[in-house]
Amino acid sequence: MSTFNTSREEIAIVSFVELSPAEASQLDEIETIQTIVSRATDGAGIARDRIGFTVSGSCDMLVGRPFSWIMAMDGAGVSKPIEESHVEMDGAWALYEAWVRLQHGDIDAALIYCFGANAAEDLMQVLALQLDPYYLAPTGINAAEVAALQASAMLASGATERQFAEVAVRAGLAVSVEAALAEPYLHRPLRASDLPRFSDGAAAMVIARGDYARSVCARPAWIQSMAHIADGHSLGARDLSKSPSLEKAARLAGVGAKATQIVEVHAPFGPQEVIALEALKQAGLSADAKVNPSGGTRAAQSVMVAGLAAIGRAASAIHRGEASRTVGHASSGPALQHNLIAVLEERS
Amino acid sequence: MSEATKAVVKDVTTMASPVSLKFRARAGKDLSRFLRGMKERRIVGRVCPSCNYVYVPPRGACPTCGCPMGDERVLPETGTITTFCIVNIPFEGQKLKPPYVCASVLLDGADVALFHLVGGCDVNEVRMGMRVRAEWVDEADAELSLETIRYFVPTGEPDRPLAQIREHI
Amino acid sequence: MKQRCAVLGIGQTHHAAKRGDLSMSGLVREAALRALDDAGMTFDEIDAVVMGKAPDFFEGVMTPELYLADALGAAGKPVFRVHTAGSVGGSTAIFATHLVTSGIHKRVLTLAWEKQSESNAMWALSPKYPFSPPTTAGAGGYFAPFVRAYIEFTGAPEHIGWQVAYKDRIHALKNPYAHLQMPEITIDMVKNSPVLWDPIRYLETCPSSDGAGAMILVSEDVAEASGKKVAWVHGTANRTEAILYPRRNQVLPQAGSDCAKALYKEAGITDPKREIDTAEIYVPFAWFEPMWLENIGLADANDGWKMVDSGDTMLGGRQPINPSGGVLSSNPIGASGMLRFLEAAHQVRGTAGEHQVEGAKKALGHAYGGGSQYFAMWIVGAEKP
Ligand SMILES: [Zn+2]
Repeated sequence: MSTFNTSREEIAIVSFVELSPAEASQLDEIETIQTIVSRATDGAGIARDRIGFTVSGSCDMLVGRPFSWIMAMDGAGVSKPIEESHVEMDGAWALYEAWVRLQHGDIDAALIYCFGANAAEDLMQVLALQLDPYYLAPTGINAAEVAALQASAMLASGATERQFAEVAVRAGLAVSVEAALAEPYLHRPLRASDLPRFSDGAAAMVIARGDYARSVCARPAWIQSMAHIADGHSLGARDLSKSPSLEKAARLAGVGAKATQIVEVHAPFGPQEVIALEALKQAGLSADAKVNPSGGTRAAQSVMVAGLAAIGRAASAIHRGEASRTVGHASSGPALQHNLIAVLEERS
Repeated sequence: MSEATKAVVKDVTTMASPVSLKFRARAGKDLSRFLRGMKERRIVGRVCPSCNYVYVPPRGACPTCGCPMGDERVLPETGTITTFCIVNIPFEGQKLKPPYVCASVLLDGADVALFHLVGGCDVNEVRMGMRVRAEWVDEADAELSLETIRYFVPTGEPDRPLAQIREHI
Repeated sequence: MKQRCAVLGIGQTHHAAKRGDLSMSGLVREAALRALDDAGMTFDEIDAVVMGKAPDFFEGVMTPELYLADALGAAGKPVFRVHTAGSVGGSTAIFATHLVTSGIHKRVLTLAWEKQSESNAMWALSPKYPFSPPTTAGAGGYFAPFVRAYIEFTGAPEHIGWQVAYKDRIHALKNPYAHLQMPEITIDMVKNSPVLWDPIRYLETCPSSDGAGAMILVSEDVAEASGKKVAWVHGTANRTEAILYPRRNQVLPQAGSDCAKALYKEAGITDPKREIDTAEIYVPFAWFEPMWLENIGLADANDGWKMVDSGDTMLGGRQPINPSGGVLSSNPIGASGMLRFLEAAHQVRGTAGEHQVEGAKKALGHAYGGGSQYFAMWIVGAEKP
């Protein structure tokens, strides 16, 4: 009954930049946005007046003040009114809104940017505010403990701690599987190497249509399709060891239609990467696709940026000629509740 | 619930679920320099190298041009009230006792108005176009904050005509 | 290339200072179920949910669309969250429209809400930031200086504010969903109410409400197959400008007038004063009615207050503004923009009930947010565009 159609327009990621955590930690929001937006546009030879739509992604709860993105916008240079939107989500969903906007065929390019502040004293506690305010949040459970519940559910359905440790090594958070397994539990069964290392961060991207994309980028990363799906929320009503939403999004986006060389997965907690890869495999992801060759986003996780960063890195691999088909994944919410997939291709 | 309990406990329709979060605020490069000036009781704006407008407090980028800010410019402590509001309403977390005046003050030589408090006169005497100057806190109390200006007070000079402030509301 | 989009279902809650009978989930469901019922649909038929809400700081729930997915039958579907400050209800409806006009989906549930009784907006909007003086005093404290400037520069008499406040409360008496129901309202009551943020008086101010608004937006084939009367989307536009730059006009912001121009162009409107039968515009403080009338070209420069004074904006007048009672009668902040959009749709479907503008064929919905920086508008019509 439901309808999901995919791209009708030729749209490509033509520019992507992210700020290093070290650089981001020196700047306020305005300086951050000024830096990444100028790098993603002027720095990539994209004229600002060709940008017909701008979307940003951020979250007030990370900064500790309402309307935090409004001040940040000054960095984008907006004294002449622009067509613009903002999502209180990871920048990957800002990309989705921009991609939908470009489907209309009347503008050439769109700018996406996002920022995440590591300003909270206890980000795991902040993230727990995503939980049902009546039945879950008052229990005092934090985001790491929700992830631990999920990891326990995985172990109960056949996953092993060794798998978690392998993910930790791939993310650069442990030197070896043995070393990871030797760590004490922090939130059993999670160890330090299963948790994200939060950081400041920001990213910007430009997407463009058809000939304009070709004119500003030697190897555009064409967005073959995008899809995003949410699971239900209530932790007790879900099989936490699986991600049906990710599998469905990946099927809708046609992940399995062709061979994929690189997949960049955004799973804030290590065990979630195991779930994500299993869901992608069910949806037909090539068994030999390289996982997170960029190193992934967990060693320097900037909330609300990491999802767009995963997709941006999947695009950069095409820009650099290292792959002809890549998949970028973004996630959001407690226990990997919400997932977005972008399938990117090189075209001759 | 027993009948006896029901007699004293009303229906539960809400529950308090307090949340306490702590955040670190980062001033950034440009604002930090301005705040250091405040501690010395000086008003230090910045000039945009592209459009030459003078911003105070300076921001991390020129919102007109989208470029980083240029040279510093020390501004006088006098200016003009372009518009204002008298706050009569009490609310939770309020720092001042109503009534008090919040005003846009265009410092002489600046291109954007600064939002601050007005004191030193009856709230009903405040006018658009009124000339004011910064009233500083004592040197020992100077902070890395705009609060080092306690508020703006009338200078007694003649008002500036509305036509001159119209573009700086 | 671009597909047509129509409003097939409309629903809203009974707005009130406190809907103690409903949780946040219950509140969004009340609006969503009414919209589905109006469209003759169930949750199963919906392709995607697009939600809008003002700051998460209000209710203290971060990214609440995730928790609300359960209440909206959205498990297994795309759920999206827009946040563009006060304009969010409008921006949300526009993105939902784009999902249909782009051909990606055919049936989208769009919804916006706020539960102010489970939050404290004055507190959330007036934080004491480090490095700065305590000048934040809620939305009224921010906007009062610009109202003062409008009055000063146009020479508008002070009764204009009283009159708008009175008119919208009279309109609200014809809208069973409106929060404020004040049959006793008189112009003298407004005039004698306390001045909160000089020059803004208590009764010239919007209330704090719990409420939600929802629409079912569908593609042309779905609209036609339904056999129902729909509101066709003739155009949408949004424009944004920075909060502070030299010579920024915060009384009549360029983003507002640019947005209106883009909107009229897309909707094929050359004379908005005559072609638009009625408008629902975002007026949280009475004086914003004349300001926005000028800003979006429904009145000439400096003449907005004269249009109010002449009675043109009352129901039965030449161009009724906010026949539903507007934001001055119901203000669930995040939902207020969507209520403007859906009330415009009601008017052209002829389903507005007692506050129907007779024979309305084209109606405008308007929302704004931030420091008068974010503008979102649409025009809906009884006929296909
Ligand atoms: Zn400049």
